[in-house]
Parts: sequence; C-alpha cells; structure tokens
Amino acid sequence: MPLETTRIPAGVTEGKETFVLNLGPQHPATHGVLRVKLTMDGEYITRAEPVCGYIHRMHEKMGENRTYAQFLPNTSRIDYLSAMHYTHAFVGVVERAAGIEVPPRAEYVRVITSELNRIASHLVWFGAFLLDLGGFTPLLYAFDDREKILDLLEGITGARLTYCYYRFGGLYNDVDEGFIAGTREFVTHMRPRLDLYRELVTGNVILRKRLEGIGPISAEMCRKYGATGPVIRGSGVAHDVRKVEPYSVYREFDFDVPVFPEGDCMARYLVRMEEMAQSLRIIEQALARLPAGPFVAAKVPRVIKLPPGDYYYAVEAARGRFAVRVVSDGKEIPYRVKLRTPSFANLTLFEEASRGMMLPDALALLGSLDLVIPDIDR
Amino acid sequence: MSLSLEQLHAAFGQSPGIAAAPCQIVDPKAKGYHLEATVAPDQVVAAAELLDQNGFAIDTITGVDWMAAGQMEIVYDFFHPTAPLQVVVRTRVPRDKLELPTISKVFPGANWHERETHDFFGIRFLGHPDLSPLLLPEDATYHPLRKDFAGAA
Repeated sequence: MPLETTRIPAGVTEGKETFVLNLGPQHPATHGVLRVKLTMDGEYITRAEPVCGYIHRMHEKMGENRTYAQFLPNTSRIDYLSAMHYTHAFVGVVERAAGIEVPPRAEYVRVITSELNRIASHLVWFGAFLLDLGGFTPLLYAFDDREKILDLLEGITGARLTYCYYRFGGLYNDVDEGFIAGTREFVTHMRPRLDLYRELVTGNVILRKRLEGIGPISAEMCRKYGATGPVIRGSGVAHDVRKVEPYSVYREFDFDVPVFPEGDCMARYLVRMEEMAQSLRIIEQALARLPAGPFVAAKVPRVIKLPPGDYYYAVEAARGRFAVRVVSDGKEIPYRVKLRTPSFANLTLFEEASRGMMLPDALALLGSLDLVIPDIDR
Repeated sequence: MSLSLEQLHAAFGQSPGIAAAPCQIVDPKAKGYHLEATVAPDQVVAAAELLDQNGFAIDTITGVDWMAAGQMEIVYDFFHPTAPLQVVVRTRVPRDKLELPTISKVFPGANWHERETHDFFGIRFLGHPDLSPLLLPEDATYHPLRKDFAGAA
C-alpha cells in the first residue's frame, strides 16, 4: 500500500466553493465531546480543525494545590479507560524521586492489572470503532468480555473504571485466590474469543473495504507529531515504552510488539487486535511466576516530600505514551505536574492526515486513532 | 537504533548554534531522562533541528513558573522512537518578556503543545501560526498555571 497523502480528484473545484461542517461536540458519529470544524469541498475535506477544551478540568493546576497522595485519584480520571496505566506513571514518578523500592509481588500485580486494563480498553475501542463503521453487534460481544475484566478488577480495587489501586510503594491491597483463579479463567476464555473476532469481523469484506488504504499515516508523520501507541506501531515503528524503556518488571516477560507497516486504518486495527493476545501472554506468565511476599514497601513515608528537582516517568498506556513530569521544591505539594497524554499528541496529526479525505473515511481515521476526549482536554 | 547517548552528547557540543550550551548526561533511573541541555531562548530552534536530524520525536512542551526568580522556564521533551533515549531541552525567559521562537516549523506537532503553553502561562511563541486558546475558553484572558493566578480551587 503506497503511503501517499490522499489527493482531491481532478474535477473537484479545490477551495473555490467550500462550506463549513460542524462535527460535534454532541454528534452520534463522535465519542465524547470532540468537535471538529470541517471545511468541506463537496464530499472532500480541505481543512479539519479540532476544537478542544469542552471537558478541560485543569488537572495540572489541581496538582499544584494538593499533596501527592491527594492528587493520585486525579490521574485515573484523565484517560478513564486506561486508569491503571495512568496511576502507574504517577506512583512511578513519586517512587523514582523518593527512592522507594517496590516489592516484586506488587510489581507483578501491577503488570497483571495493567494488561487486563489494556484489554478492557481495546475492547471498548473495538466495539465503538465498529459502531462508527456501522456494525452494531461486535460492541455487544466486546462489552460482554470487558464485563468479566471489570468484575475481576472490581473485586480487588473496589472500582470498575477509575481505579486507584496502585499506591506509593505498592498496592492498596493484595490480590486474593479468587482474583488469581478468575484471571486464569479469563485468559482461557479470551483466547478463543479473539479467534472468534478474527472470523466474525477482521476478515469481513466490508470492514476491509472501509479500512484498507484509508487514512494513511507515515512513520515520519508520527515522529514529527509525536504520535505513539498503536498509531506509530501501525506505521511500522516498534515504539512501545514497555520494550524501549522498560519500566516496572516488563523486561522479565516474553512478549512481542505487534507492528504493521501499512500505516492505514487496517494496520492500526490489527495492531490493537494482536496486542490483546500479547497482553494475555504477559498475564499468563505473570500469574505463573507471581512471587510471594509483601504487596507494599515497608518504609513509605506518611507524608511524601520529594527532593527538589524534576522527575519524569513514561508508561505505555492503551493509547500510547503517557508521561508525568513532577517538579518539586521539597514541599509536600508538587511545584508543577505536567501530564503528557497520548490522545492529545495523536490528534495533532489529524489536520494534516485528513486533508483531501472523504468525510466517512475521516470518521474511520478518527476512530482508528482511538481518542479519549478527557485525555486530550485534561 | 545505532545512535548512542555519547554520540548525541557530542553532537550537542559540536552543533554550531548551541555548542556553548551546557549539556549533561543524567541518570535515567533517578530522573527518567538521559540527556539534559540548557539553551538560550533563541537557540531552541537549533536544538530542535539537531534532534530532528537525529531521528527524535516531539514528546511534549510545557512551562514552569519560577516567580520568585522572575523567570519562566520552558521545557521541551523529545523521545527516540526506537532507542532508549529521552532528551530534555530547557530554557528560561524573563517574566516581563515572555517571548521565544516557535519550533513548530521543525516539529509540526509542537504547534498544539506551544498553544497549550501559551494558554496556561501566557508565553508567546514568535512565528507560531495560531496562539488562540486551545483548551481554555475562547475569550480567556487569564493564564491559570502562573503562580500569581488565584482562580477557583
């Protein structure tokens, strides 16, 4: 598949007779409150300008007027589908700065719950994306599987979506036998389901016609815009923070980073579908080798004060690279908290990537970016 | 893949636009990044070009308000897509003259990060195509991450 920018066909009066089409913020074809101001030339997009901020909450200012422990629950409300990864980055940056050693059992459980969260997040994307493309049924299948994950995570964290399970130095509580057995059962259940999705959806000719060759994004474009996650991996670049800069205990597991070089919507689709299988592999290994021992570090100061300086911690969230920068002046309250979110960076390329596309194809492109709006607006 | 931290460190020292700028290798386990360069405000474009030529991707841009010192710091983060290299470029501008050049011509992805930094701190990126509010309301006249901003909360 050649990676050329889509061109407006000859005959279309480029830029001569345009109109503005407002997509969102409340629109059936968009999820959440994303608004895109589209300048259209007939059916073709000449300019797409995302209008953001409808759900802006200024998390970064909130970070400057509460303690580290008080800010922790905020991080699970940025990308609400990827809460484990986001809290992981925040506890990670505090542990890095304070020099807290996390016990191995806690890190293993973090990996297991993070990968479960990744599958749950990809299942929501899978259902919603196909809904965008006009297929209703897969959503019901996906949510059925996702429900099993939410039940498992609810059992140990008490929450179904905005988990605040990771704490500085470890976990809120230990996992029980029910969770371990249930997760094993889920892995066994999920593998044939992925095969089913392959048969039911991936090979579908309508889906392929909607996705193959549509919305090409080159590796170079990803680099220039800082796009990460399944977007850059669908453009042939094996950038995965779990492999490039392994954090937690990820280097102890055997897993592949799915990469598809085509750069089209189909490639991004295939990356996420393959990633779910890889997450199952990681969970299986982590369960088999789950160490005994404490689930939280013995010496965690009750009041956290970080040494002055700035600290950075990146993780691979479901949508790509999420990073936290904390600037400390030695007090109980952070001097500055910066949240680098993947949806924000992935959306920046939309204006360039969608130029010259037809509207329904641009909706496929938007869906293939897997945006979570509070993750953009913060 | 072939680029090493030492080569990059040397490249910073040899690059004509930023040769004099302090650049040091830091411990990634303690800090989360590998290389830290402090440049003058007019050298940020040269630094971005150097990283662009070495295959880096734009990670993020943000500000830090050092009100007591009368300065604002602008922090640029870059990551390498395939090598474990994270680079931080810092610069500071006086609080009464919050201006520095845009790097959005080198990295188009910097456009939104700079726009957001303008929203939150009021830092003007000269040559930027559009500094209208991105996340704040369109009629916002305030910059909430300035330390002298006492808003809600």
